[in-house]
Amino acid sequence: MADTSTGALRRTLNLARPDDVYNAIVDAHRDLSDEQCRAFDARLILLLANHVGDEAVLREALRAARETMEEA
Amino acid sequence: MSSYTYRHYEYRRPPELDGGSERRPVVIVGAGMAGPTLALALAQRGVPSVVLDEDDTVSLGSRSICQAKHSLETWDRFGVATRMVEKGITWEQGELYLHDKPVFRFNLQPEPGHKFPAFVNLQQYYVEEYLFERCLAEPLVEMRFRNKVVGITPGPDGVAVEVETPDGRYSLDAEWLVACDGVRSTVRHLMDLPYPGEVFHDRFLISDIRLLSELPKERRFWFYPPFHPTNSVLLHRQADDVLRVDFQLGPDADPEEEKKPENIDRRLRQMFGPEARWEHEWTSVYTFTCRMMERFVHGRVLFAGDAAHVVSPFGARGGNAAIADVDNLAWKLAMVLGKTAPVSLLDSYCSERRAAARENILNSTRSTDFITPKFPASRAFRDATLSLARDFPFARALINSGRLSVPTVQPDSPLDTADTDTDWARGPGPGRAMLDAPIGREGEGWLIDRLGADFTVLTFADFDTPVPDFPAGATGIRIAGDGLARQRYDARPGTTYLIRPDRYVAARWRRFDGAAIVAAIGRATGNG
Repeated sequence: MADTSTGALRRTLNLARPDDVYNAIVDAHRDLSDEQCRAFDARLILLLANHVGDEAVLREALRAARETMEEA
Repeated sequence: MSSYTYRHYEYRRPPELDGGSERRPVVIVGAGMAGPTLALALAQRGVPSVVLDEDDTVSLGSRSICQAKHSLETWDRFGVATRMVEKGITWEQGELYLHDKPVFRFNLQPEPGHKFPAFVNLQQYYVEEYLFERCLAEPLVEMRFRNKVVGITPGPDGVAVEVETPDGRYSLDAEWLVACDGVRSTVRHLMDLPYPGEVFHDRFLISDIRLLSELPKERRFWFYPPFHPTNSVLLHRQADDVLRVDFQLGPDADPEEEKKPENIDRRLRQMFGPEARWEHEWTSVYTFTCRMMERFVHGRVLFAGDAAHVVSPFGARGGNAAIADVDNLAWKLAMVLGKTAPVSLLDSYCSERRAAARENILNSTRSTDFITPKFPASRAFRDATLSLARDFPFARALINSGRLSVPTVQPDSPLDTADTDTDWARGPGPGRAMLDAPIGREGEGWLIDRLGADFTVLTFADFDTPVPDFPAGATGIRIAGDGLARQRYDARPGTTYLIRPDRYVAARWRRFDGAAIVAAIGRATGNG
């Protein structure tokens, strides 16, 4: 089953310029209200999810995002 | 108010009131869409039935309007589907709007080469009228109007049914009772059986109108239109220039207030503009539930259609699933009554149709959650999808305003013989509905017209290979040449499919093997 597999999601760095990409994401939210941030993030997630295309990767990312919240 | 004239069907004094009483093989409760369809399917197999209904006319209001291809294929066996297609509206195009702008158009029948279209919009009262007429002309079907079931006494090998008529009460002795009596099933209540599920709180307003000016010819779905900015609106065309307008009202709407003609007219005026003229046909404010019985078979009492499972209207999965239920049930019940299959064959009716109901409820719940998001993040994703759809084609596929009813998959059925050949690239495997295709020279006929009443063996061949020995009792179809059928069945010479009476595939092979076919038929009839 796709939703129980692990190892599909890359866990090591895949960005040539990590600081630039990180700050680009944060900057894109600047001046947005919380509600606008949610609308923005929803668009971004859908665009990226379709680009990734791999359901196993997406499910693992969803799980990882949720699990790391519970640890915090 | 309605342009449809409701005929009252004749009540006849049942002979049991005067002492005559004979045991009936099948008593069907409910003359909606499912009950008469079951009666006709049984009659085709030589099984007589009595259909009881407390009323004496057809569906009040248009209700289930979207008749899917697989239902039409079922009704075609009784010769009523062509009439439905001719009377109804076949439409393939649809358009989806966000605010006042079209987002995209879609085509629901992208693939030609089927006898019937993906769906036809026809009011439920017409469907029932055509089925009733066909039943009244069928000697093996006895329609009893104004016969209300008031008591059920299940026994080990039959059911005693207590019936109330204008002339008094009588008892009917049935070998099998099939409850096709809708979401508020009397039979289910009398037997005190639970109906677990989920209740949805959003209210919707159906307004059927006869538009006296130009009619939109396509299905339209709006999110946040200017004429109803807080919610969604669905527009569907039906027969007789009737339009269904379905307004999402939200959970807090006051049904009595919303139903007032002046309030409906105000919305419609905004929708159709100052020039439009219309007459009201039918109005209904509704909420809905998704429910499913734990078992559809309770001894000698069987449940089908809305009596057994119910979904939201999005995707037209109520009436169409009911027809698929009785199509699944009819041949099994006929075989059990004819003692050519064990009673346990009916367990597969429960398992297969519960799997189908689960699939329908899942699809319907997903549509419902898209149309009426239940929490803020859900709404954010829904709105994000809508706003991306115009420029990013992938997002159009995510818009879920109702996934149209297609035959459900009935996976892991004990009746199926699993694939042993591993090189299938396409084609309907076991547990899937067979696919229609044009066959013969110049597409002179349709595959579904060649199917037998019982099992069908479909085999593909070269023109010069000899006709194989088809098993006794099965209808054999041999297709040679390169047609659409060959593509749809991923066929090579020798490829052979076993198709059940309800048009589901039970088994398939890469070569014709008479012994394997006989074994698969045995398995598919509970005799394996």
